[in-house]
Amino acid sequence: MTKTKANDLEQALSRSRYEWVDKLKELGRELRRDTAGFIGVVLITALVLMAVFAPLISPHDPTEQDLTARLVPPVWYEKGSWGHVFGTDHLGRDILSRAIHGSRVSLWVGVSVVSLAGGFGVVMGLLAGYLGGRTDAFIMRWVDTQVAFPGLLLALIILAVIGPSLTTVVLVLSLNGWMVYGRMTRSAVLAIRQSPYVEAAEVVGCRWPRIIFRHILPNLTSSLLTLGILEFARIVLAEAALSFLGLGIQPPATSWGLDVSMGKNYMFMAWWLVTIPGCAIGITVLAINLVASWLRLISDPQEREKQFARHMAGSMRKAMVLKAETERRQP
Amino acid sequence: MTPAASPLVQVKDLSVFFDAGRVGFWGRKRLTVHAVEGVSFDVYAGETLGLVGESGSGKSTTGRAVLRRVPATRGSIHFQGRDITHIDREQVRALSKHMQLIFQDPFASLNPRLKIFDIVAEPLFVHGLVKNMRDAAEAVAMLLERVGLPPDAGARYPHAFSGGQRQRVGIARALALKPRFIVADEPVSALDVSIRAQVVNLLQDLQVEFGLTYLFIAHDLAVVRHISHRIAIMYAGKIVELADRDLIYDSPVHPYTKALLSAVPIPDPPVQRARKRIICAGEPPNPMDPPLGCRFQSRCPHVMHRCRWEEPPLTERAPGQRAACWL
Repeated sequence: MTKTKANDLEQALSRSRYEWVDKLKELGRELRRDTAGFIGVVLITALVLMAVFAPLISPHDPTEQDLTARLVPPVWYEKGSWGHVFGTDHLGRDILSRAIHGSRVSLWVGVSVVSLAGGFGVVMGLLAGYLGGRTDAFIMRWVDTQVAFPGLLLALIILAVIGPSLTTVVLVLSLNGWMVYGRMTRSAVLAIRQSPYVEAAEVVGCRWPRIIFRHILPNLTSSLLTLGILEFARIVLAEAALSFLGLGIQPPATSWGLDVSMGKNYMFMAWWLVTIPGCAIGITVLAINLVASWLRLISDPQEREKQFARHMAGSMRKAMVLKAETERRQP
Repeated sequence: MTPAASPLVQVKDLSVFFDAGRVGFWGRKRLTVHAVEGVSFDVYAGETLGLVGESGSGKSTTGRAVLRRVPATRGSIHFQGRDITHIDREQVRALSKHMQLIFQDPFASLNPRLKIFDIVAEPLFVHGLVKNMRDAAEAVAMLLERVGLPPDAGARYPHAFSGGQRQRVGIARALALKPRFIVADEPVSALDVSIRAQVVNLLQDLQVEFGLTYLFIAHDLAVVRHISHRIAIMYAGKIVELADRDLIYDSPVHPYTKALLSAVPIPDPPVQRARKRIICAGEPPNPMDPPLGCRFQSRCPHVMHRCRWEEPPLTERAPGQRAACWL
């Protein structure tokens, strides 16, 4: 008797494991309704694909120099050619290829810094918020101290001492960026730990690591996701800034920030040197922000309902206009 | 109900004060909220003790203090003859196998991100009572069936259920560890009136089946009358009357109890019309600065000079009925 009941439950459980496929489909449908979010997702997907397949799609080797074809303008100029669509720089390197390869550095730095700083900051925030007392005071004073210290100065010191490389850039930016996650997580934990379901977990006998990671953290995901994506945009800019200052990516490697900094000397005779990588940075940050605002909307049930109502009202209005139109034509 | 020789839960002179910060220019004056003060009662195995009072009277705090969720400032709590007032965190955790809590709000007390199966199986996993999914599924299916839910409900999330069904899930979670003592903190006050009776009856059936002992906190007098064997009335952090159920409803002693009972409508219009409602004017005392003497003095229709100076002790008025009043 109970054996069959248990079987029923197990079957229902195993069936429900595939529900996320339906959820993903629904999310896709909702995405198509939101034009701005849709554009953001398409742009980001394109950027990621571009970074992954950079060697296959870039027309030239980004480090290949051609001193006979220096500062060639983009293709729409008289002197431009299809061989270098966006022109070449002062060493005759293809700008388009450099922009394509530069996306690798930007995205890689963004992803690794967000996961490193985010992971550390979230864990610190969870500990501070849930354990409270001395742990909280210690972690929060640490955060305050670090926030009070100018981030760029810290980055300059570390990079000057250790020497610039991709790894040090990631480490320095993580060191500078984890505090915002810590603070936000802590404040959210303070609110959630008062909720009855956390008390229920305590009453039932869960130890604190389980409460933190199983009961509190999953309920923070939507706000943390938004924060992480916004931080990603900031990190892309910060990497560009460090490279521009000469402390980030070092030649012969490429990065958008590095290209902007090298092109600045030729800004008045060859604007494309700074504009193309600058536009790449701008488009990436814009796309990330579009996706972030869309994520904020769909992770908030109230906003989601509003948007659904807006969509329904729109389609109803369209149907009414259509009906009026056909009625006008018929008689 | 014949009381067993020794009570399952024994609360003696329990006081719970909360720190409410400091006031004054130098922060010299400490503010304390006197949530519960000098409360004593016994709960015998197999019985239901109803704890009734208006909001802010300290009934939930008493229930939480018994479970060691809030620290007792004074007094002692004994469970099965053992003093649990000052045991450490790990022992409290072990105690959770014997004492459980049912929550008031079934919408907030279930984690929205966990499936019903995970919620009900969690106590079993954290106490190491089940080792694998197979055993857990068996236990959870049994529990869900026992509280009147289909076994495949375990695969769904809390938002798919109504208030009454969620409260059943909460009950199943509390029962998972097979506790002897359950504090039910207003388990039906957030539910529709039509659902209340079902949940109360379920609690009663489970009491018989598992030999449970309840501390039933509520403010709905009709529900308390239905489920309780004995009832304690709290006012402003103190027990003003504690008696067997029928004694309290038939011959209340304390003026506050009388006033409370007169507020319950009788489902018989002529009788109800003839009844006189006792209205207590005035405000309950400030819990940060409780008055000298009786706590009910500011609202009592029979207040005397003595009530303002001396606090009435809880004295025996009839066999099985104690009240704290100078009258």
